[in-house]
Amino acid sequence: MNRRDSLKSLAFGSIGLGVLLEGCVSGVDSETVANSLKKFSYGRTPKEKEYDKLLFSKKCFTNNQMKLISEISNLILPPNEFGSINDAEVPELIEFMAKDIPSYETPLKEGLTALNQQSNTKFKKIFIDCDMSQQKSILDQMAYPDPDLSSSEQSKDVKWFSLFRNLTMTGYYTSKVGIEELGYKGNTPNVWDGVPQDVLDQYGLSYDKEWLDKCVDQTKRNDVAEWDKEGNLIT
Amino acid sequence: MQIKENSKEYDVIIVGSGAGGGMATKILSEAGLKIAVVEAGPFYDPANPDQMTQMKWAYDSPRRGAGTTRPFGDFDQAYGGWDIEGEPYTQKGDSEFRWFRSRMLGGRTNHWGRISLRFGPKDFKKKSIDGLGEDWPIGYDDIKPYYDKVDKLIGVFGSKENLYNDPDGFFLPPPKPRLHELFYIKGARKSSVKVMPSRLSVLTKRINNERGVCFYCRQCARSCSVYADFSAGSCLIFPAQDNGGQIDLYVNSMVRTVTTNEEGKATGVSFINKEDRTEYKLKAKVVVLAASACSSARILLNSKSKQHPNGLGNSSDVVGKYLHDSTGGGRMAFLPELVDRKIYNEDGVGGMHVYSPWWLDNKNLNFPRGYHIEVWGGMGSPSYGSGFNVNDLNKFFGIKVGGYGDMLRTDMRKYYGTVVGMDGRGESIAMKSNYCEIDPDKVDEFGVPVLRFNYKWSNHEVNQAKHMQDTFEEIIHNMGGIALGDKAGIDKNYGLTKPGEIIHEVGTTRMGSDPKTSVVNEFERLHDVSNVFVVDAGPFVSQADKNPTWTIMALAWRTSDHIVDQFKKQNF
Repeated sequence: MNRRDSLKSLAFGSIGLGVLLEGCVSGVDSETVANSLKKFSYGRTPKEKEYDKLLFSKKCFTNNQMKLISEISNLILPPNEFGSINDAEVPELIEFMAKDIPSYETPLKEGLTALNQQSNTKFKKIFIDCDMSQQKSILDQMAYPDPDLSSSEQSKDVKWFSLFRNLTMTGYYTSKVGIEELGYKGNTPNVWDGVPQDVLDQYGLSYDKEWLDKCVDQTKRNDVAEWDKEGNLIT
Repeated sequence: MQIKENSKEYDVIIVGSGAGGGMATKILSEAGLKIAVVEAGPFYDPANPDQMTQMKWAYDSPRRGAGTTRPFGDFDQAYGGWDIEGEPYTQKGDSEFRWFRSRMLGGRTNHWGRISLRFGPKDFKKKSIDGLGEDWPIGYDDIKPYYDKVDKLIGVFGSKENLYNDPDGFFLPPPKPRLHELFYIKGARKSSVKVMPSRLSVLTKRINNERGVCFYCRQCARSCSVYADFSAGSCLIFPAQDNGGQIDLYVNSMVRTVTTNEEGKATGVSFINKEDRTEYKLKAKVVVLAASACSSARILLNSKSKQHPNGLGNSSDVVGKYLHDSTGGGRMAFLPELVDRKIYNEDGVGGMHVYSPWWLDNKNLNFPRGYHIEVWGGMGSPSYGSGFNVNDLNKFFGIKVGGYGDMLRTDMRKYYGTVVGMDGRGESIAMKSNYCEIDPDKVDEFGVPVLRFNYKWSNHEVNQAKHMQDTFEEIIHNMGGIALGDKAGIDKNYGLTKPGEIIHEVGTTRMGSDPKTSVVNEFERLHDVSNVFVVDAGPFVSQADKNPTWTIMALAWRTSDHIVDQFKKQNF
């Protein structure tokens, strides 16, 4: 049983919660936990709710580590007119995922430590106190995977930054501001009636008449279906 | 342990509330029979705001929808998965069968792909064609009237195509293809692969005044809150209750055994209530098992008695044997033409609008059975994982991969909606050597002996998987796409999925006319016991290159009519 399984089995079992998330630095007060549970309303079963509550009740990173996470995320995606990494609650997501996927926790923490070590060696300062050009000179060394190596063969720094960039990007683009920036138009009731004509034209495509004739006439979508004996729709 | 007995006697106990159990509940209750439905999971209604996930955004979840709690992500409506805490199963040797269970009212019908294909005439008689497996004791003409009734009751969109082995039905009209599907049509046709509108049980048109019409959110896997897709709760069990059916629902109740009397006839079931962990007994004249192929086999094998020492209905020793799942294979591709595409709402229905039925004759191939192709792609709702490896596709343009800063925003936008995929779902050969049995050394958290699996693909399936990969590559090329990742080779069985991963497991209580080589007769009744029926996918003799749900329901309806008829003749 790996740590994730054991965490789950404990969360879903009856053993006390105190022994869990041993890598986490501190507890969270019950009011904050209650607020987090209230904030995320997404159709949980009672067991799933318990598991979320357990994760909300522990903090995985120190305040300084959280500040550093925010600093790096903001370098990966600087704020713009749509919003910021902090509006998108990216540091909070990274913290949550380090608990939800425990195999993320150690590499994330090691990477943060390594970053400060590098800035100390190079500039005699922790990363957050460096100016932006100093910070970028450090990130430049880890932001570009070696194209001749597979992802598992990359250096530790590169692997860490790729993980961090992935979490930052997904955190931003699954947030309200990020989805708006991307321009995703769905997740709303609508009536699909085919690819817009200008898009068809752009790609030199068209619908076959024969195919189109089979498709739904959206003006009749609310008429109750009736068929003749041969299965031909007559409404 | 004290066992609590309920003095009420039902006409019929139905174990499980998915496609088969739901259909049996509807037909039997509407005939006026007193029904108990015993379901291992909680009550579930897709319209219940406390359980609903439809129309949620990724940011409504603290993990943005990631699949750490539910295998298909936070919003998928299956309570369970391949691994359920406290409900293990084991393997024999290096067997790697994966058993997906969904513990909730409606079972797996709440999240399934809604691909609703009839089996064709050939699918019931494959042994006569290629000498492999076994023929069904019934043919297409026996089941056709029930397919027709299922179409009209539940609703399925599709188109009349006059294909012999992909019979037409009573269809609602299909939705128009999306952009990536038009690319697929072009590519597939160039490769001489047949393409046609898909057949999904989603209401593109109103079917009655109780259920809503599809509003195109692409979220059928979250179970529709206006009941515009087929789920067994919303489309069968709730309407049966509304029609005045005498139905008692026992939820969170795990059936352990079918109980029998001195004559060896079934008297009811015993189940464990998950809340108080107490065992209860219910009595009935007839027991209908619909717990899913493997769960029903498990219940039968665990129901040993003096009269049925090898397990109920198992004098043939065939219960659990001939387990088979669909084969699966897939490939993704990048369509460079779609870079920086215009963004508009193309959610559509929760699944593909077009697909390819099996288009070749196996006579000319080195594998005996076919597969169909499903297509996916488009500008989906961002969820956990969106934005991972954001500019990996740069490598196809000789541009550096990686980096940070505003350039990543450009990359995110540029590649959004440019990746498509194809999945093959094929027919495997049912083999006696692939089976589930009771593990004598292990019980679940309720003390019930668990299943042990033994399953190996044969060369038939491996060769088919290779054909899938070659076909996908050719179609991708003809779509103007670039195949992503490495093509799976022989070392990886050509990308063939593990058995159980496609979640179409069938065959464990197979149907036949010979009680020595089959478990149930053509009306899905145990050969050995006159008042026990199995209406899940257990009775399937062969799987076909189709999805099983529509056939489960057509057979369950046919069986239910037979049960009603037998009640009228006072045979129970």
